[in-house]
Amino acid sequence: MGTIKLPRLLIAALIFYVVVTILSLDQVHILNGYFMVIINRSLIFVILAASLNLINGITGQFSLGHMGFAAVGAYVSGTITTLVLKLPAPQPGFWITGPIFIFMIAIVIGGIAAGLVGFLIGFPSLRLKGDYLAIMTLGFGEIIRTILNNIDYVGGPRGLLGIPKFSTFTTITLFTFLIIVLLRNLVQSSHGRAMLSIRENELASELCGIDTTRYKVMGFVIGAFCAGVAGGLLAHLLQLAHPTQYGFLPSALVLIMVYAGGMGSMTGSIFAAFSLTFLTEGLRVAFDNIPSFRIGTMDVRIGTEWVMVIYAILLILIMLFRTEGIMGMREAKLLIIEEKKKK
Amino acid sequence: MSALLSIQGMSHYFGGLKAVSDFTFDVPEGVIYGLIGPNGSGKTTTFNLISGLYTPTTGKIFFQGKEITGHRPFRIVQGGIARTFQNLRIFGNLSVIDNIRVARHYTVKSGLFTSLLRLPSFLQEEADVREDAMQLIRMFHLEDRAHDQAKNLPYGALRRLEIARALATKPKLVLLDEPAAGMNPKETDDLMGLIRRVRDEFKVTVFLIEHHMKLVMNVCERVKVIDFGETIAEGDPKVVGKDPKVLEAYLGKRGAEC
Repeated sequence: MGTIKLPRLLIAALIFYVVVTILSLDQVHILNGYFMVIINRSLIFVILAASLNLINGITGQFSLGHMGFAAVGAYVSGTITTLVLKLPAPQPGFWITGPIFIFMIAIVIGGIAAGLVGFLIGFPSLRLKGDYLAIMTLGFGEIIRTILNNIDYVGGPRGLLGIPKFSTFTTITLFTFLIIVLLRNLVQSSHGRAMLSIRENELASELCGIDTTRYKVMGFVIGAFCAGVAGGLLAHLLQLAHPTQYGFLPSALVLIMVYAGGMGSMTGSIFAAFSLTFLTEGLRVAFDNIPSFRIGTMDVRIGTEWVMVIYAILLILIMLFRTEGIMGMREAKLLIIEEKKKK
Repeated sequence: MSALLSIQGMSHYFGGLKAVSDFTFDVPEGVIYGLIGPNGSGKTTTFNLISGLYTPTTGKIFFQGKEITGHRPFRIVQGGIARTFQNLRIFGNLSVIDNIRVARHYTVKSGLFTSLLRLPSFLQEEADVREDAMQLIRMFHLEDRAHDQAKNLPYGALRRLEIARALATKPKLVLLDEPAAGMNPKETDDLMGLIRRVRDEFKVTVFLIEHHMKLVMNVCERVKVIDFGETIAEGDPKVVGKDPKVLEAYLGKRGAEC
């Protein structure tokens, strides 16, 4: 993997500076809430894209239902925190001032639940070679949406409402940072190299003594876990979890982020998650303001649903002109752990 | 000499086509064993059967006295049989050293959590693996390219890398599938030396498939000649090389001159 040469410390300092600035501006309410929601959304999508990159880009499998795992995480953690909030407080105001660790635990449990579901989906389909995983995950994404639509306990088609707003810029940044660091450590360990070798050549990998099924499932489950965490964060940010948030189109959006950023490049996934989240919001505003017009006898209105059309075109352009994505397989130096090169 | 690999009555069919027919042979420990035969005679199929990519229709395979028939390929590798491929299967986007380190992975003890948290024991083991890998890389004269992407290496270097990668799995038996394919005479000469060195320095048994008669006759200590899945001759290469049946069926008249 090639590197992009920028002083490591400078970049780290710059990111830290931006984070602290946003944090302090948010504290004194200078930034408006809308902007903060988009920033937080971007960070959540960074988790989603980076974890899908682990499955599709690093291990070389093809998952199409990443948002399904986010749904599991969102509903499980959302249910836990709403239930806990209903409990009688040990002292007045205890749940409101909120021990943040209950939220943290709920998020992690949501992630574990998503990981378990990931195992149930992944184990049977990853034992086989070929496109079984794509078919299974595509189906799973739709099944989970339908199930959630029909469980009254979690609100059915109304969605799960009244989730406490525990996700703040601080907690989301913390989770995103942790997951990126852990994913980076994973990819640059012996286990990560085993996963990469499966992408490169599954047969050769097997004949290097690697239990390919085990590593495909491992990558998939870790990816599902991270998606579950992201889903939990999203639910606690928007204070609701709704089945339509986790359908095929959002899954496709995450997929586009991974491909646009560059398959196998975590830097690319992070970059694409930020830019595409902001682009989505920009396009949404822009399309909402286009007045309807007439073509012949037909009324044409360009609505927000046209955003996906733009993305489809974007994806085709990427495939035509930059197949390897923005970053290719390269990583920013910040995300590469240096090895002592002894001769 | 005891038999390291023992194949008993092994046959394999692709539908109605008999690719390998009732093979019974032993590969003794410590030799360089050659399997030769014309195209489509079942050589690569034999390798695929031994390395577990196919399960034989009938017959059994024993390695070090234990039956390995039908085991999954990675288990067979972990048990001590490594192989290379006729058409190279290198991890092109990984660096040369990473190619080697992948093959060392199954011996790594650090668990997932130790690795994720980069605990001292993990760092120590990584350093050991790296040192091991560099040693192999130096032996195969790849040290200048150790951190380059493998796909950028010249063909001869890739062949060496594949043998090095197979040896990184710490095998007792190495299967080389046409190691001289696509090599010029100079490279082939180097390869012959390399194969002998591999056997001596790594204390492994070498089992190779080859078209290149000169290489087989020079390097191998025992050969088996097959055609259309049937064994024609077996034994010392000098004797087999003069066997009229072999000359007629496989080498032809010009083959004897090589």
